[in-house]
Amino acid sequence: MSQIVEAGVAPSLVPSEREGLLAWIASVDHKQIGILYMISAMFFFLIGGIEALVIRIQLLAPGLHIVSPETFDQMFTMHGTTMIFLFVMPMLTGFSTYMVPLMIGARDMAFPRLNAMSFWIQLFGGIILYFSFVAGGAPSAGWFAYTPLSEKAYSSLAGVDYWILGLACVGIGTLAGGINFVVTILCLRVEGLTIRRLPLFVWMTLVNSFLMIFALPLINAALAMLLIDRFFNAHVFDPAGGGSALLWQHYFWSFGHPEVYIMILPAFGIISEVIPVFSRKPIYGYEFVAASSVAIAFLSFTVWAHHMFAVGMSHVANLAFGVASMLIAVPTGIKIFNWTATMYGGRIRFTTAMKFAIAFLITFTIGGLSGISFAVFPLDWQLTDTYYLVAHFHYVLFGGSVFGIFAGFYYWFPKISGRMLSKRLGTWHFWLTFIGFNLTFFIQHVLGLAGMPRRVFTYPDLPGWYAMNLISSIGAFMLGISVLLLLWIVFDGINHGEPAGDNPWDAWTLEWATTSPPPPDNFDRVPPVHGRRPLWDLAHPDRADEVMAKL
Amino acid sequence: MDPIPVFAPASPLAHALSALLVGVFAVLVGIFLLVTTLVIYMIVRYRDRPGAPEARQIFGWNALEVTWTLIPAGILAVFSVFMVAADRAADPLIPPGRKPDLEVIGHQWWWEINYVASGAVAANEIHIPIGKSILIELKSADVIHDFWAPELGRKIDAVPGHPNTLWIEADAPGTYLGTCAEFCGVEHAWMRFRVIAQNEADFDTWQRAQLAIPPAPSAPDALAGAKLFADKTCINCHSIAGTAGNQTVGPDLTHIASRTMLAGEAARNTPEELFRWLKQPDAIKPQSHMPDFKLTDDEAHQLVAYLEGLK
Repeated sequence: MSQIVEAGVAPSLVPSEREGLLAWIASVDHKQIGILYMISAMFFFLIGGIEALVIRIQLLAPGLHIVSPETFDQMFTMHGTTMIFLFVMPMLTGFSTYMVPLMIGARDMAFPRLNAMSFWIQLFGGIILYFSFVAGGAPSAGWFAYTPLSEKAYSSLAGVDYWILGLACVGIGTLAGGINFVVTILCLRVEGLTIRRLPLFVWMTLVNSFLMIFALPLINAALAMLLIDRFFNAHVFDPAGGGSALLWQHYFWSFGHPEVYIMILPAFGIISEVIPVFSRKPIYGYEFVAASSVAIAFLSFTVWAHHMFAVGMSHVANLAFGVASMLIAVPTGIKIFNWTATMYGGRIRFTTAMKFAIAFLITFTIGGLSGISFAVFPLDWQLTDTYYLVAHFHYVLFGGSVFGIFAGFYYWFPKISGRMLSKRLGTWHFWLTFIGFNLTFFIQHVLGLAGMPRRVFTYPDLPGWYAMNLISSIGAFMLGISVLLLLWIVFDGINHGEPAGDNPWDAWTLEWATTSPPPPDNFDRVPPVHGRRPLWDLAHPDRADEVMAKL
Repeated sequence: MDPIPVFAPASPLAHALSALLVGVFAVLVGIFLLVTTLVIYMIVRYRDRPGAPEARQIFGWNALEVTWTLIPAGILAVFSVFMVAADRAADPLIPPGRKPDLEVIGHQWWWEINYVASGAVAANEIHIPIGKSILIELKSADVIHDFWAPELGRKIDAVPGHPNTLWIEADAPGTYLGTCAEFCGVEHAWMRFRVIAQNEADFDTWQRAQLAIPPAPSAPDALAGAKLFADKTCINCHSIAGTAGNQTVGPDLTHIASRTMLAGEAARNTPEELFRWLKQPDAIKPQSHMPDFKLTDDEAHQLVAYLEGLK
């Protein structure tokens, strides 16, 4: 290294002398907290997956009574709430918590103690939510808990109360995390790492953090109102007492739509790291990938009522929200085209991470395109609340977010653990997941067009419904097996994986400039940053990005 | 019934939606094929081969960025035009002063149907005359439900405190299935309904029969059943014209024998199924609001004899 600059300044920490479990519980180290996020998210992923399998078992054939309708409703409510709030969000936050300080050459987050609080309070929220099972019954009003069904008159058990309190905790933790990321990214970047040189994963985390800061208070305010309704008969959302049932939907979706992007933007960031590294090329159209995320973030606050095209809004409101929703396809399309163009002329290495990233391009595109069929609001009147909708959001959240998470997992596991994962097992995991996912969810598009509504615990034996549900359930079990295989892959990697070395993928961002796993203070010295790919510049000083692209 | 009802429109309203659906799907599938082809081309053509030279470092080309911004925006602009046209066709404006033909009220977990002009009452099975635009005023008695008969028109929510209106229409006689499409509690699955479209004369005959008070039972079984209907407090929830029962907590049973299905379509309306429904409601529709009265077999048979006589 020719030039060395000092790592970005973070608050000095008293070195921990604790060991064992306490070292983790009391940790304020972003890497340990990041790992805690990922472990807790993985745990809830398993639980949410079991709930999904109960749903698919009950729907295997028409007219089954394997679980009661009440249990079925609890399963889909908890499955949705768990996967969104306790798996996808914390998993992506875990990646950001671990990687952002490393990628910007900092020693830790700006507020390490706030970082610890963010994790523990969101875990506490998850525990509160699951405590409902032993406290009189899990919530069963759906993950968006429409009023007045979620009011005391129709959901008299405590499940909805635990749901409210649990989500409020998750909301507080997420909000604090958002503030922490914004300050960290704006203030702790190493010298030379300007905003225009930020790795795109950091860019996405930054944009995402603003979404968290502005969206989460909306749901927490609504949750407080619902709690007051339930305990003190405030009638905010209760039409019988002069309240408005639809007001809840406006609050919920004004949070809920930005929430969709909170779950996908960091995955966009992962894809924007993985595809260039394994294509051996810089990202195509960096500025456009970054700027389109900002556009998505702004638009995400203007489209919430596209979840409400069937509630009976005015023609003008339908049209306005329909057009705004369609506009989101433009910046999203820009990203897909840029990722594809990044591969052009590359030397593509089919690592497991890259396989998931490539699959993401296909599956997320399906989810994005089916999304357009909801933005065209007269079509929403046929498609919404059917299995077509279930297929759509699983293509976005599983085919998008979860495939992105898997790509990031295979990409960064060597950095986090210091060990390589088995490529052979990874290939098996990829194909099981890819086939299982498409088997489960593609057919659900047709099922929805055939008229099957979502959230029904059973269904009449109408033409094709049995066969389509059976196929979907078989796919779900393939996915279940793929998750077990993933656990084995992690176990195998930790115990028998080859040592990874600092930079096994020959990648270019700063997290690969330190050891795997990184030392407690991340870097002794950070290489100089003159462009977007500091490690490329270091390896090819004659052809540095700065010179080639005039950044 | 066609397996894919959204592609089998039976009214001008639904036809506007299915035509838009076909058009939009065609474009979306085209875009999907384009993206997939590009991705597959890239991964086949540019896969890493031993000895291949280092990839040329390309950073982007603004003209291409502008192209793939403007073309999708143009496609969406075209979609918007067709969207407005389909909105007009599938959800026509209501002429001033037009009274609704039907009042449909969603209950947990059945549909109350009131014919506004004639005063006829039905539940879960909606008879309409063909070739006429029927205006429905949609309400809810409790939580949010959603009325959806995909072959006849759009879906729309039944929201408490927020009455909605929708048009339905059928071109030809037939039975068109519908369902509640918004999750509304434990028995959301069995809140199905059907629309029976008839030609004008058949519809008039049906409506006249519906308005008539059914004759009092004469057979001993049915007479005993009628007494049980009052004694077992059935009348606290159900109405039967000509009796003291006038409540709308549960479906109107004045002409229950003329219906095809029971319990939001959880069972067929046969004497055997009705017997099972009365004896053991939870076996057919668990956790519905229909109580289990612990009827003896004789009592249940007598009630069946009474109810199956209510044509």
